[in-house]
Amino acid sequence: MDMNEIKEIFFQECEEQLAELESGLLRLNDGDTDPETVNAVFRAVHSIKGGAGAFGLDDLVSFAHVFETTLDCVRSNKLEASQDLLKVMLRSADVLADLTAASRDGGTVESSRTSGLVAELEAYAKGQPLPSASAAPAPAPAAAAPEPAQAETPAPAAEAPEPTDDSGFQPVPFSFDALDGDDDLAIEDGRSVFTVRFKPRSDLYAKGNESVLILRELAKLGDLQVRCEADDLPSIDMLDPEGAYFSWLIRVETDQDEEAVRHVFEFVEWDSTVEITAGADEEAFAAPDAQGGDQPMAAVPFDLSLLEDVPAVSAEAAAPEAPAPAAAAPAAAGDESMAPPNLPLAAKAIAAEAEKKETVVPAVPAAPQTIRVDLDRVDRLINLVGELVINQAMLAQSVVENESGGSSAVNLGLEELQQLTREIQDSVMAIRAQPVKPVFQRMGRIVREIADMTAKQVRLVTEGENTEVDKTVIDKIAEPLTHMIRNAVDHGLETPEKRTEAGKNAEGVLRLSAKHRSGRIVIEIADDGAGINRERVKAKAIENGLITADANLSDEDIDNLIFHPGFSTADKISDISGRGVGMDVVKRSIQALGGRISITSKPGKGSVFTMSLPLTLAVLDGMVVTVANQTLVVPLTAIVETLQPEKSDIHSFGPSQRLIAIRDTFCPLVDVGNILNFRSDLANPVDGVALLVESEGGGQRALMVDAIQGQRQVVIKSLEANYTNVPGIAAATILGDGRVALILDVDAVVTASRGQPLSPDMMLAATG
Amino acid sequence: MRISDNDMLELIAFTLGDQEFCVEVISVREIRSWTPATILPHSPDHVRGVINLRGVVMPIMDLSLRLGMAASEPTQEHVIIVTRIGEQTIGLLVDSVSDIFTVATDSIQPAPDVSRSVDRELIRGMIPMDDRMICFVELHALFETLESEAA
Repeated sequence: MDMNEIKEIFFQECEEQLAELESGLLRLNDGDTDPETVNAVFRAVHSIKGGAGAFGLDDLVSFAHVFETTLDCVRSNKLEASQDLLKVMLRSADVLADLTAASRDGGTVESSRTSGLVAELEAYAKGQPLPSASAAPAPAPAAAAPEPAQAETPAPAAEAPEPTDDSGFQPVPFSFDALDGDDDLAIEDGRSVFTVRFKPRSDLYAKGNESVLILRELAKLGDLQVRCEADDLPSIDMLDPEGAYFSWLIRVETDQDEEAVRHVFEFVEWDSTVEITAGADEEAFAAPDAQGGDQPMAAVPFDLSLLEDVPAVSAEAAAPEAPAPAAAAPAAAGDESMAPPNLPLAAKAIAAEAEKKETVVPAVPAAPQTIRVDLDRVDRLINLVGELVINQAMLAQSVVENESGGSSAVNLGLEELQQLTREIQDSVMAIRAQPVKPVFQRMGRIVREIADMTAKQVRLVTEGENTEVDKTVIDKIAEPLTHMIRNAVDHGLETPEKRTEAGKNAEGVLRLSAKHRSGRIVIEIADDGAGINRERVKAKAIENGLITADANLSDEDIDNLIFHPGFSTADKISDISGRGVGMDVVKRSIQALGGRISITSKPGKGSVFTMSLPLTLAVLDGMVVTVANQTLVVPLTAIVETLQPEKSDIHSFGPSQRLIAIRDTFCPLVDVGNILNFRSDLANPVDGVALLVESEGGGQRALMVDAIQGQRQVVIKSLEANYTNVPGIAAATILGDGRVALILDVDAVVTASRGQPLSPDMMLAATG
Repeated sequence: MRISDNDMLELIAFTLGDQEFCVEVISVREIRSWTPATILPHSPDHVRGVINLRGVVMPIMDLSLRLGMAASEPTQEHVIIVTRIGEQTIGLLVDSVSDIFTVATDSIQPAPDVSRSVDRELIRGMIPMDDRMICFVELHALFETLESEAA
């Protein structure tokens, strides 16, 4: 694995950390006071800083460091996580994301953005620390080891009293004078002495770290005196083979400062207790045996030669994970009656120990194991499974065609094959399914930015972030969603003044939600703004020549005018959402995904944009139909019902329109063959079948086809890959006979039936 | 005079009616017999539709019609030359494949400035071969125009 690959992994992890950071900050913003949330946020920034340091990404490191310093004040309850502070922190998170992106892709982040935030963060860090007692309990023992202040930033913790944490651990007074200069500590030859107590927790070893390596690293700084303390080592029957019992008392004599010493522990500080004191603790080194007199093993002089060149074997020996009689204890606990009387006691003690452990270490639910897989590999698998599905269908069809006596074994086998293929397909699709969370999280940032630019107060509420949908869909909805969010803040919500005037809360609420509904994902963007100004929309449409002045439009029709190409109601072209791309672009990109979008609006109450998208772009449940000798597939989700028209149900309307009476309503009849140019004359409805379809915003239409062949799951094949987008056609598929069948774009056909022609040249003909 | 490999072109010749044409072999993936295509609505006449090429949906272009000649009436004898440029694969419907040959680039003559019916952008030049004349079709131009026309 070369450096670039490692760097790539680092950036991938950065993305996860940034997401973690943002969601943590948002939780805090919503009033979450769990210290673990603060810790998570801190950890995220800290990990980014650590990794960035390893790759020499200085901009990232220095910003992350300031951020981390301020977070540390919050973490140690010296600073209250006020709304104002959280706003600054959310903006800092955005900048951190930008800096990360800049480090990855090249480019820079405006220094004014970083320097402004750095100043704000530093001001907070220097601000009034809270008395530690009144705040929530200090998180984790690590709080006793405050982050080192680096030379260029103020030491936030310096003025504050050390919090006493609840683990019973008494922090050692920590002289920050050390940071001012080495003079105070200097002994004759200009070298400083530090005493370090280093107590690893079992997590440190679990993560593949090794105390000996840390000590070896420390030895590079100067002269080392190390003593291993084994006071905590339990008797062998109590020993947890994976526990960590040893701690080290280290005397370092070095010409470096405390920072350098602390730096050695940078990657293990979360999994160990590290105390660094300036000066020598001669007493501790002097009287080792006095404390542990009854336990001869308690203090072990540490063989420094181990640090020189550590072969694998001695490293193992030095590790405190002494092999334990793992087998003996459980066996004893297992059968009390057979065991000597003292063993159940031991078992109980183990249980007690385990209980104690549980209370000390908060039980973290085991995260499901995951692996990173290159997306290309998954896609290749999905393509292959797609081929398999087609192949299976072709095989089944040829067996049916050649079937003479009805060999049940073959049929049975085929049925099983079909079931297995379907299961494989579902499982493979599930690999690609991802929660919409990352996209939703990005929207938080968009909202903040636009709110700042428009001086509006906006709160984004997200729901159903864990709703899963195919990765391609996720990737492709980000852009239209961004546009809609911008639009909602810019045009939908009013200014705080106007809102107050209207008797609303000055802060507007934007609700972004996702849910599964009948095999599709439905994403809603609801604002509590002024709603669509129908008068203005109508006036604008007349002005632009989209409708005639005397056009009689329903409210729904007017609302849907905003999806018309070239339509923009903003009086001024604003920087934010009026860049010539309007809702028509959003609508087209949603449609390109096989989705639909609609709007409902209530004057004074706000608007709701609803988009419904397929869960996957790879397969589709369709109804296979025949139209003018061509085989077409109509997406099943679009079909409300199918019916056989009676002659008496068909009514002529105007010169060429025909309506079909369905129960008590009249529904326009659309001849699919005619609209797709497969035939020039209109088919006789009585000879065919009508598919009642519902399109977003367009009401119901009855699509006339010649015959229904059946229902089938089909693999979606792109037409654009080798050709181009075909009006009225969503995509193609390959049927059991190996022929290509086209998948009908129901919305486009319905739109065309309303007089908007399918192809550009038809449009010219219609408007000219 | 020695001619280096760089100056040589390997071409595949085919017939459309009584005329001979050729394209570069390097862009040809395979030659397969005609199978009925699925008609695409609202497409130019020379796009005969799409067929299934081992799971890939490939458009078929009637090259004769595209070059301004009569539309083909495909039979079992007709063949499809599968060509690929970049990421795009297109099948060319032709009467039959006649030859594979190599020519020096400097033997290609510019197309004469006579006809309005043949889109001259599609013709890279003329190649004299014994007493035959083979028209060299520029595939890149063919691919580019397919997309712009269809849109």
